Amino acid sequence: MSRKTPEPLLPAGLTHSSVTDQITGLVTKTRAPVSWKLAFVLSAALTLLLLASLGYVFATGVGLFGINIPVAWGFPIANTIWWIGIAHAGTLISAVLLLTRQPWRASINRLAEAMAMFAIVCAGLYPLIHLGRPWLFYYLLPYPDTMNLWPQWRSPLVWDFFAIATYFIFTMSFLYLSLLPDFATLRDRARSRLGQVFYGLLAVGWRNSAFHWARYEQANRIMALVAAPIVVSVTGIISLDLAVSIVPGFHFTIFPPYFVAGALFSGFSTVALLAVIMRSMFGLKALITRRHLDYLGRMMLLFALVVDYSYTQEMFTAWYSGEPFYRHVYIDRWTGPYAPAWWTMILCNVVLVQLLWFERIRRSPVALLVLAVTSNIGMWLERFQIVFTSTHADYTPSAWDTIWPTSWDWLVYAGTLGLFTFLILVFVRVAPLVSMHDMRASLHESKEKSRSGEGAP
Amino acid sequence: MTESAPYGLLGRFESPEALIAAVRAARAAGYRHLDAYAPFPLPGLAEALGFRDRWIGRGALLSGVLAAAGALFMQWYSAVIDYPYVVGGKPLASWPAFLPITFEVGILGVVLWALITLLVRNGLPKLYHPVFNDPEFDRASGDGFFLLLRPDKIPDAKVFLQEHGALAVREVQP
Repeated sequence: MSRKTPEPLLPAGLTHSSVTDQITGLVTKTRAPVSWKLAFVLSAALTLLLLASLGYVFATGVGLFGINIPVAWGFPIANTIWWIGIAHAGTLISAVLLLTRQPWRASINRLAEAMAMFAIVCAGLYPLIHLGRPWLFYYLLPYPDTMNLWPQWRSPLVWDFFAIATYFIFTMSFLYLSLLPDFATLRDRARSRLGQVFYGLLAVGWRNSAFHWARYEQANRIMALVAAPIVVSVTGIISLDLAVSIVPGFHFTIFPPYFVAGALFSGFSTVALLAVIMRSMFGLKALITRRHLDYLGRMMLLFALVVDYSYTQEMFTAWYSGEPFYRHVYIDRWTGPYAPAWWTMILCNVVLVQLLWFERIRRSPVALLVLAVTSNIGMWLERFQIVFTSTHADYTPSAWDTIWPTSWDWLVYAGTLGLFTFLILVFVRVAPLVSMHDMRASLHESKEKSRSGEGAP
Repeated sequence: MTESAPYGLLGRFESPEALIAAVRAARAAGYRHLDAYAPFPLPGLAEALGFRDRWIGRGALLSGVLAAAGALFMQWYSAVIDYPYVVGGKPLASWPAFLPITFEVGILGVVLWALITLLVRNGLPKLYHPVFNDPEFDRASGDGFFLLLRPDKIPDAKVFLQEHGALAVREVQP
């Protein structure tokens, strides 16, 4: 059976100027759709909620959260891991797909990079909140202090700080690098004085010179080259926070690759979620096609399968260790007080994702949206149960306790979801949602390809 | 105002191929200090202009290695010399535990070098440049392909650009 030829990734009849006009129009001309305004108001309210609840938590103390011995990490750390995972797919899409020259990345990489940036903001907030005295966070930095103290280099928490800080700076640089030529494009097309000055300053005098572009490509390739090690190392190091300790349920050598796969699974789900929403909100169905959704669905499935494999290995290792406490962690996950979280996670991450084997599901925006949401819930529950169930019943049965998140945990969590949405919504109104220079370059490339392919059958 | 010498001559071309051909011809005809503008990184254009700059790539490698070495040294110095403190019976110079930070700081060295060198070597930030005076130059970020010459004899260069297929040729005011 011959497969029908797939639809093109770029709409027919698109030219350099029409793609530029369409995308700049989203920023300079189009009025915000009603759905954007509604989402903006809602997310701004949630962001205010975050500020208010954080203000109260800082004034009172982190005792407001459901964190206490034995579950000392609770929501803040589970959410850090979840948010940083979401960021990873953004980096991976823009970098690894750039290096492997995947043509489908051009219209979604900007969305992915912005998502990475704002997810790190949320991820980075949580460890600071969890410190309890966030104004002393600089104790983690090696600086010549009057106490003559140094950070403890053997501590995974210090590694964590360096990893997240590096990742934050990298993502900001990479996003700015990708935006720089597009800011110049907006500067050239802005009609208001304010717009011209705003984008002019952001573009720092970029002239689209061949010399600029040549160095740009060099710098971009280097950034992309270090992106893959960053993705692997940041979540790897975060997983070491758990794996380096001897807590049953934490102490597994499979944790770094398992966490990276989980991060990419939830990250690709979030890219799919945003792609479906943005393409319908701003009418970008010609640029972000169903074929793009298909590819995103495949990536989700791939990493979900790696995650599922890791589940089996984790359980096998616990059983094979012969350690009663290790084995008990899993029995407890299946039947204990947190069992609903475990079984919902299995439903989301193992059962429902199998629907992605079907092309019709991957190409359907609604189905993909639903699966993206369930996958993110599943991954969040995974982080939740790793942090909660491993520590609530470990080696000291007299210290066993069941701890639940408090309303302050939930308020701050809802607040970070609001902050993330708020930042994304502002971003798509200020900066181009699709990378214009990448679109122009891939348009040129596809023209060259069709020209050289004319002689062939 | 028309009395002052123009900065150069800007020609707009129809297609990327025409621009690259014109750049090659201009270099062969002895023009120097050329610049060309295209809305995306056009393969072959920088090479045609004689671009050779290894600062970003090699420098990034060096910067990364030096940053990593510096981070490893800092951890070693602090853990062995300045603040020796035995944890869990481990040796003072327990280097495997120092590797995560060494690696991350090395990456940071590469990233910062790539971004800063890109800006510095391109002479950015530079908010004013004479080519921005050209009324059509905003098309360089859309569908315009431009060649900038800085000739001694303006009229000859004008003829040269027109002969090589420039659609519009204008003087750029400084």
